[in-house]
Amino acid sequence: MPEFVLTVARFGFLILLWIFVFTVVGVIRRDLFAGVRSKSIVASPRGVGGAVPEGRPAKAKRGKAARQLVVTAGQLSGTRITLSEAPITIGRAEDSTLVITDDFASARHARLVPRDGQWFVEDLGSTNGTYLDRGKVSGPTPVPLGVPIRIGRTSLELRP
Amino acid sequence: MTAPAVPASSPSSTGEMARIPGMKTQRNAELGLLAFAMILVAAYGATVEASRIGEITPTFWVPAALLSILFLGLHFVVRFTAPYADPVLIPAVALINGLGVGFLRRLDIGDALSDKQPVPSVFAGIGGRQLVWTLVALVLAAVLLLVVRDHKVVSRYAYTLGLAGIVLVMIPAVLPASMSEINGAKLWIRLGGFSIQPGEFAKIALVSFFAYYLVRKREVLSLASKRFLGIDFPRGRDLGPVVTVWLLSLLVLVFERDLGTALLYFGLFIVTLYVATERSSWLIIGLVMFFGGVYVAYLLGETVGGPFANFYDRAQVWLNPFDNANYERLGGSYQLVQGLLSLGTGGLFGSGPGAGSPRFVPEVQNDFIFAGMGEEIGLFGLSALLVLYLLIVERGLRSALAVRDSFGKLVAGGLSFTLGLQIFVILGGITGLIPLTGQTTPFLSSGGSSLMANWLLIAMLLRISNAARGPAASGGGTDRAGGGGKKAPAQLHGAMTEVIKP
Repeated sequence: MPEFVLTVARFGFLILLWIFVFTVVGVIRRDLFAGVRSKSIVASPRGVGGAVPEGRPAKAKRGKAARQLVVTAGQLSGTRITLSEAPITIGRAEDSTLVITDDFASARHARLVPRDGQWFVEDLGSTNGTYLDRGKVSGPTPVPLGVPIRIGRTSLELRP
Repeated sequence: MTAPAVPASSPSSTGEMARIPGMKTQRNAELGLLAFAMILVAAYGATVEASRIGEITPTFWVPAALLSILFLGLHFVVRFTAPYADPVLIPAVALINGLGVGFLRRLDIGDALSDKQPVPSVFAGIGGRQLVWTLVALVLAAVLLLVVRDHKVVSRYAYTLGLAGIVLVMIPAVLPASMSEINGAKLWIRLGGFSIQPGEFAKIALVSFFAYYLVRKREVLSLASKRFLGIDFPRGRDLGPVVTVWLLSLLVLVFERDLGTALLYFGLFIVTLYVATERSSWLIIGLVMFFGGVYVAYLLGETVGGPFANFYDRAQVWLNPFDNANYERLGGSYQLVQGLLSLGTGGLFGSGPGAGSPRFVPEVQNDFIFAGMGEEIGLFGLSALLVLYLLIVERGLRSALAVRDSFGKLVAGGLSFTLGLQIFVILGGITGLIPLTGQTTPFLSSGGSSLMANWLLIAMLLRISNAARGPAASGGGTDRAGGGGKKAPAQLHGAMTEVIKP
């Protein structure tokens, strides 16, 4: 083997190795980026007095089905659960879908149930109650997109 | 692989989940990265043959192709049993594993040529053996993924696993030296020509046990504490298990003459404690206890000798590797110095794959594989490998953050940390940062036990990351049956485990 080929192979290998590393980082980044994009939608409805910068969340409220449950406040802030057809239980019990670590939450606090494409929130007899926006939830209540469900210090929202 | 046959919507299927349209599984990204990794392994093999033999033999691609088939098999198992698992873990580990096989084959070729023998076949020597071990390890990992469909199931067997872990750790210590000692460290079970290192498997069992124990106990550990010097110290009786594990790891240190394993078990427990309780006091207590214990062992080794003498020797070798008396003594610093010299010879870019002389370093296929590879791929190549290790650990910790149950969090955190700590211990040893201990480099060193145990670890991380990234139905497991309010007890024996208070 000529010296030149060996040198090319030697450095080529190192370069390929690093390209692999950066490709891996790229995949990880895309993973994070997918979260970042939905986060920008997350942030907009929190603007005071309906100061929604773009029409996208408003449009979503009418038409689109909820795809994600996002924790917007509290210890788990930023956690996001992708919704399927299964109901979601919320509480301090370890077997809840969303285990919230909040002093004011009960072991089995509330649950979210889908019915005909609409999600309903239901209080499971919690001590401190579940609130949809400002109103206390007594029976199964439909949850519009982007409206906060409050449990103790934790706030949750449905997102498209 | 019965999984795909089960209708995803059937409520009886445990852990099997429906693909939600719009959810990214990233499996194709994994496949692409895997292909890239295998191209790199093939390129490494070709470069080795070009510089060692002087020509590229027509079979240079065979090891890479065989590995590709194996990893592809695991990829498909993941595709069907854990579709949302982390896409980066398998390719990164596959590359490291493949380069390990390639380097071991390079040693075989080098040995054969220096003995004036023909180039060995792909399946001969330590390279071939590593290939077989990879097959076994991947089959084990696939079986784990197929059997354990929900990581919470593992917590049912936590006490069994804990007992198994301690027994595995203890076996080499009680066996006679002829059956357990290799190169001064009693870490092995040797039966005929076959030897396994039970401690490697004990890691995983112990992590599961620690995680379960701490999920049950963490409230009392984190809340009942006294404040002293601005740090929250736990109560004396809560310290019990920690002191037990501390003594256990010191016993390992003394009877198995292995600082690395002791550090591994102790660090593992302290970190799981820290993750469970969020109290930094545990880290401080742990570090103080470990360094205190090690210092006492050092002093005892200097004055009393006996079981501590080996440790004292190792510390001397570490402190003065270039000291002539240390260098020439049997079991002295010869190996360490040779390793340092070969890393130095490699320099920034290395001599090129296949162009170094790794056989100057004793045990270059095991503990010192990083030094041997470092000579050939240089600091640039080594740091790429290190970044890959870092990314593997990072993805593990990421799954720990994202998964929704405490047991999963602790297991994923503990396993990733163990992996990271093991890499630190062996690399710190080779580069002279800490006293050298006989740890294997995960996925790289030759040896079946290490490879199998670490692939099992990765399989467990894949399982947990699947739960962390998948849709809610998989996290809530039992929700599927419908009755949200009065569900069947979850896998932690239905125990109401308390949670961290803010």
